[in-house]
Amino acid sequence: MAATTPQGQPGFASQDTDILRVEHISKSYGAVTALTDVSLRLARGEVLGLIGDNGAGKSTLLKILCGFQQPTAGRIFLEGQEVVLRSVDHARSLGIDVVYQDLALINQLTVFQNMFLNREKVRWPLVRNGAMRREAREHLDEMGVHIPSVNVPVARLSGGQRQAIAVARSVFDNPKILLLDEPLAAMGVKEGAIILDLVTKLKQNNVSIIIIAHNYGQVLQVCDRVNMIQDGKITLDRLADDTSAEELTEIVVAEYRKALEERQRATSA
Amino acid sequence: MENGSGVHVSETAEQAALATGAPRGGLGPGGGLGAALSAALRMFGRQREATVFVVAAALFLYFAIDKGSDFTSKANLVTVFSDNTAPYAIIALGEVFLLICGEIDLSVGFVVGFAPYLMYFLIAFYHFPGLLAILFALLLGVVVGWVNGFFTVTVGVPSFITTLGTGFILLGLINTTSHDQPATIPADIMGIGKWIATYAWSPIVWAVVLALIFHIVLTRTRWGLHTVSVGGNQLGAREAGIHVNRIKYGNFMLTGVLGSLVGLQQMYFTNNISPTAGSYTWMFYAVTAAVIGGTAMLGGSGTIIGAFFGAVALGILLDGFPLVGIGADPLSIVFGGAILAAMVANVQLTRLRERGQS
Repeated sequence: MAATTPQGQPGFASQDTDILRVEHISKSYGAVTALTDVSLRLARGEVLGLIGDNGAGKSTLLKILCGFQQPTAGRIFLEGQEVVLRSVDHARSLGIDVVYQDLALINQLTVFQNMFLNREKVRWPLVRNGAMRREAREHLDEMGVHIPSVNVPVARLSGGQRQAIAVARSVFDNPKILLLDEPLAAMGVKEGAIILDLVTKLKQNNVSIIIIAHNYGQVLQVCDRVNMIQDGKITLDRLADDTSAEELTEIVVAEYRKALEERQRATSA
Repeated sequence: MENGSGVHVSETAEQAALATGAPRGGLGPGGGLGAALSAALRMFGRQREATVFVVAAALFLYFAIDKGSDFTSKANLVTVFSDNTAPYAIIALGEVFLLICGEIDLSVGFVVGFAPYLMYFLIAFYHFPGLLAILFALLLGVVVGWVNGFFTVTVGVPSFITTLGTGFILLGLINTTSHDQPATIPADIMGIGKWIATYAWSPIVWAVVLALIFHIVLTRTRWGLHTVSVGGNQLGAREAGIHVNRIKYGNFMLTGVLGSLVGLQQMYFTNNISPTAGSYTWMFYAVTAAVIGGTAMLGGSGTIIGAFFGAVALGILLDGFPLVGIGADPLSIVFGGAILAAMVANVQLTRLRERGQS
């Protein structure tokens, strides 16, 4: 199947410009293997789309790259230096930040408290609410995110507003690399457009971005390159200009069809 | 290919919708109504602390007017605040932190009972200096809290069960080591007793000062915010890099050390080390104070000020009911009713909030 083999790896030639390189990462949870052997690269200022079926290992890969989980094997290079990402804090200190699919917002806390969650401004022993409120407001204005007040609990915000808060929070410390897990999931077209605008803005500020998505049409608008992950491996690496939503859809559909045929053969045998 | 093209059509439809440039700004539905509702909810949220304060003040006025100096005499007010309010208020501080981060400690009442004995044994049998023995008695609470944390957080036993078990173990330790016999307070530590409890107002002064400190810790420090985060969204807190386990261990240990402190206070206040001092009552009243004060057992929300005034209301009722001749027997009916009423209010508030959110 042409669809399942890597087709022309446009990336691996020019490694000097890579901000992030991942080599032969695998991850197992006991008997379950989530990632078998993943290698990918991310160029400086590039937006890489990571696509693939549910359960293909996209989120696992992202959780490894942001330090939330440790890989079973494999190496990660940040700006050419090998790094071991011990924790979320550690990855953040190295310039890698993340927006999880579930957003990791605390409903009971206000917008500004969420934006500074686990990176609170402190004049020991107290947190500096005034300074955090002001900076949160400035930061949101800068990013063009409109929230009535930074003092409301995030429970009262709409899905798009929550997503925007999570994205704005993740770029607070000016990360070099931003990881976005399904930022367009469960979001209307209008709300999704706001997030894609944010991504474009970040790209202009030279942030390198990996974005997980299943809506190929939307994600291709902002991506420079697309990697497809299937069964815990990268099976396709294409420049966004060289592919289309139709082609990507076709590959996935072909994959479905193959699985379906195999199952039918198994049941009829 | 029918399947593939079908997907493709829906995508281009979305792209077309994007291209038409739908207006920005209106991020979610329900602007005006939602804002009005949220303002009302915010007021209600603040009112929960205010409500319990008003209830406590009204009870105070009622008994003061009805019973006059029987209630307002210094001796009786010491009973109300230092004897009836302070111990529950102090333990409630720890329980509020635990309830907010989604846990509970049922064992703390037996730390209250065992801490004075530990101090006594260390002085009487091992000739520890008085202050060092007191330090070890406080350390007992820390150790029990750590054990509660270990079984709950590291082993994964629900804290309700963990602390049920450690509570029984502590009760057994009290009974076997004391042979069910009371003990007298060693002479060389009588002196510092006045700072802890003997001076009539000390327990309530401790309670007020600790409540203020814990209120600030809860609302204005990283520890407090992270405690709320852990109870509100444990996975999210972990994803944000918060050390969830450390927060839970810490709050168990905090509750334990407050139990030790109350144990020492009770020892000085009653001038006795008694095998019956350890009981579930401390914890039950403390949790009652917390719940009446507006701390939901759902995790993620709670208030120290509310719990403090909840304890004051309990303290006034414990003293006032016998004064007006109702006796202590029906008191539990009132407490039970108050718990249910407070919980119903909490649940309704949460429902309202969820409805306002959509």
